Amino acid sequence: MGKYIGKSIKRREDIRFLKGTGRYTDDIKLPNMTHSAFVRSPYAHAKIQNVSTAAARKADGVVAVFTAEDGCGEYGVPCGWQVNFKNGDTMREPVHPLLAKGKVNYLGEAVAVVIAETLAKARDAAELVDVDYEELPAVTNPRDAMNEGAPLVHDQWADNAAFDWCIGNDRIAVEEALEAAHHVTELKCRNQRLAPNALETRSYIADYDVNNDKYTLYSSTQNPHLIRLLLCAFVLGIPEHKVRVISHDVGGGFGSKMFHYTEEALLTWVSKEIGRPVKWTADRSEAFLTDAHGRDHVIHAKMGFDKDGKILALLSDEYCAMGAYLSTLAPAIPTYLHGTLFQGVYTTPLIHLNVIAPFTHTVPVDAYRGAGRPEATYLLERLISKGAQELQMDSAEIRFKNFIPPFDGVSQPGYQTQVALQYDSGNYEGTLTKALEILGYEDFKKEQDKARKNGKLLGMGISTYIEACGAAPSAVVGSLGARAGLYEVGHVRVQPTGKVNVYTGSHSHGQGHETVFAQFVADALGIPMEDVQIVHGDTEQVAFGMGTYGSRSLAVGGPAILKSVDKVLEKGARIAAHKLEAAVADLEYAEGKWTVKGTDKSVSFGDVSLTAYVPHDYPEGLEPGLDFSSFYDPVNFTYPFGTHIAVVEVCKDTGKVDLKRFIACDDVGNVINPMIVDGQIHGGVAQGVGQALLEEVVYDEAGQMINGSYMDYALPRADDLPFFETSNTVTPCPHNPLGVKGAGEAGAIGSTPAVVNAVVNALAHLGVTDIQMPLTPQRVWKAMQN
Amino acid sequence: MKVSVTINGKPHTHDLEPRMSLVHFLRDILNLTGTHIGCDTSGCGSCTVLLNGRAIKSCTILAIQTDGKEITTIEGLAPNGRLHAIQEAFRENHGLQCGFCTPGMVMTAADILKTNPTPSEQEIREGLKGNFCRCTGYHNIVKSIQQAAVTLNQ
Repeated sequence: MGKYIGKSIKRREDIRFLKGTGRYTDDIKLPNMTHSAFVRSPYAHAKIQNVSTAAARKADGVVAVFTAEDGCGEYGVPCGWQVNFKNGDTMREPVHPLLAKGKVNYLGEAVAVVIAETLAKARDAAELVDVDYEELPAVTNPRDAMNEGAPLVHDQWADNAAFDWCIGNDRIAVEEALEAAHHVTELKCRNQRLAPNALETRSYIADYDVNNDKYTLYSSTQNPHLIRLLLCAFVLGIPEHKVRVISHDVGGGFGSKMFHYTEEALLTWVSKEIGRPVKWTADRSEAFLTDAHGRDHVIHAKMGFDKDGKILALLSDEYCAMGAYLSTLAPAIPTYLHGTLFQGVYTTPLIHLNVIAPFTHTVPVDAYRGAGRPEATYLLERLISKGAQELQMDSAEIRFKNFIPPFDGVSQPGYQTQVALQYDSGNYEGTLTKALEILGYEDFKKEQDKARKNGKLLGMGISTYIEACGAAPSAVVGSLGARAGLYEVGHVRVQPTGKVNVYTGSHSHGQGHETVFAQFVADALGIPMEDVQIVHGDTEQVAFGMGTYGSRSLAVGGPAILKSVDKVLEKGARIAAHKLEAAVADLEYAEGKWTVKGTDKSVSFGDVSLTAYVPHDYPEGLEPGLDFSSFYDPVNFTYPFGTHIAVVEVCKDTGKVDLKRFIACDDVGNVINPMIVDGQIHGGVAQGVGQALLEEVVYDEAGQMINGSYMDYALPRADDLPFFETSNTVTPCPHNPLGVKGAGEAGAIGSTPAVVNAVVNALAHLGVTDIQMPLTPQRVWKAMQN
Repeated sequence: MKVSVTINGKPHTHDLEPRMSLVHFLRDILNLTGTHIGCDTSGCGSCTVLLNGRAIKSCTILAIQTDGKEITTIEGLAPNGRLHAIQEAFRENHGLQCGFCTPGMVMTAADILKTNPTPSEQEIREGLKGNFCRCTGYHNIVKSIQQAAVTLNQ
């Protein structure tokens, strides 16, 4: 297709990261900058009786102390997605204040902020702020939050539900099909709460410029324009043209840096109050306590099968925690990013999901890598494997029996699911076939038999997943409650010398856009990659944008750029035709030059660029310049899919799980840079394995987080993981010009149930059919004893 | 309190608050912001530097404890703006994504390979136990260190 697309080009961003010259927000120092420290609630739920700041104000180096009494942002930070009750009642939407007023609703909620000359002085003075609390009972489990008499997070409503929602076929029809089924597999489980743990903690610097009445916010965000929009229009009421948001290098996001957090709004307000720049960087404890968490569903699900293992119906009732307030996208995660994936890759004719989303006395829950889709995949893939186990069928065979047949979305139509979405293209049996080949399935079965005879516990687990990426058609998401469009913006500025700046509304926080975007732009223009520079992360350089999450950068941001490239080439052709004294229709463009078809008369991209800016001899009526911006609003989501297979050995004495092999065969459509796609899969798989075996945020009954540090929260380490065996198939996306589907979340979506299925498989002959995640040695050992 | 240290081959003398950790000295006073803070409690390894040639976590040592010693940070690993063989191997093998853990990973790799020039995969993984990466799943980091070992042994 070109010189660069499809090649594992080394990343241009690596040099600065390897030399230590990257520029993360905390690396920035502004003249006259102050530092801040927050006073945070030590209780999950308490009345604030009194806040005394007198001692802190007098402390050495203190510039100011603010509490809710100081009138900062009375509207609070907004929620960006409205999901109503199924009976039509409006979603319950509490004010999420910048600083708690009267009551705190989760451990770590900010009560006051101290601004000082140095970080140490700010932290010292924060210790002097005296808050009188009256502790109240708390509820942290979303199922318990709906119990009669459960402590209320927000007193203005009769119970804790933010909404109660459903999707799919008529519930009664689904229940009847389950009753009539040959076999019903049941699963009661918790998709546990996770802390995202980007290695760079959140960091902000707000800088108010009194001369121009203008704010600059440096933020470790995944979507600078979205933050500007929310901050200006909803929180502080500042006109947007008076705010610049800059997001340079960002040290990982995984969803947690999408949301508009109270601290970034508060500091923006503070910088004007004190007339100086102010910085805050979370410490790791604050990250555990205040970064939006992921998952946290309490689930009761049933899958009905006929005697041949065909799925007849699926029903799930879930309690999905919202936390104390509604974070930016929180309501969409367990609903439109979760229930809409309940078709999976199977032909299930009847599906119903009911979601009750309670407030809990915890930090808000929102998107975390995969966001709703890992939870859906976990449920489907556990149910089908558990069903196979109970029906004594092979776990690969049952999947082959239920797959939606292959369709390319071009000559064959897309697949209409029972849960609203229409899949674009897919070949689900293709990835399973390939992954089983890589595993060596027949050999594995022999090996497993042998291992069992020798008293070893060897198991394998399959997961065949699908996800919806590339969010999203604005009209569709608008009709589902999104309060923003989800298009992307791509701006191509050709310089007079033919060098190209590309400005994208997508944002890279590890994904390598500066390289990958340059690859396809260079190919589209037929020019060297060195001539293309990618600019992102600055609202004053990039016209607009919706940012990076949901594996959308290449699938939505890419086509936006290509639309502008097309406009450049279209105008360039008119200039070239003028120079060549030919008709536009007689020209062809390849390898960076326009040629009159059938002749050797040509003019280069560089010559045309120069002419566009020095238009002495120029087509009549044509504007000078070669500079175009485009918005791209996709017509559908994209639907990557794949098969993950885990092989584990369980220690029969300790219950410790050893992940021996991990095979991932993913189909993310066309691949621009295989090295980077592999890297995305590796990282996603590690996070998914982390959920299966290691990770869980644990709150005790009083709402204290008992494992909010790296001593206690088990992130995967290098020696917890093997090398991953990655491969792919290619089923192009039929509705975007790059044919790409997205690779950022696939690893995290497919891997978790593969690992759990493998452990259950290893213990199946002992009668084990399910184990609650994370599969700690203790839990596995207990399951073996029962 | 006065502290005199050699950092990346250059002598520095500063009067510091005794409670200042080495990482804040490097980042806030000397502007060597390549050394990152991921947790401040020795948990994540993002702040790893070499102290007298051995990897240490600069968030949990006081700057004054390094008096008279030699420190190498990511900025000083390779002279004249070039890449060290380890840095080159990370680039070649896509051993980094967001880049935040990378300086700590590279400095830890330097220590691993100094003490064991021909480590096995398992030895590399064990050597990396004190460093978190949330992006790469460690796959390409381990590959990078394997390749750097080969290069450095040539």
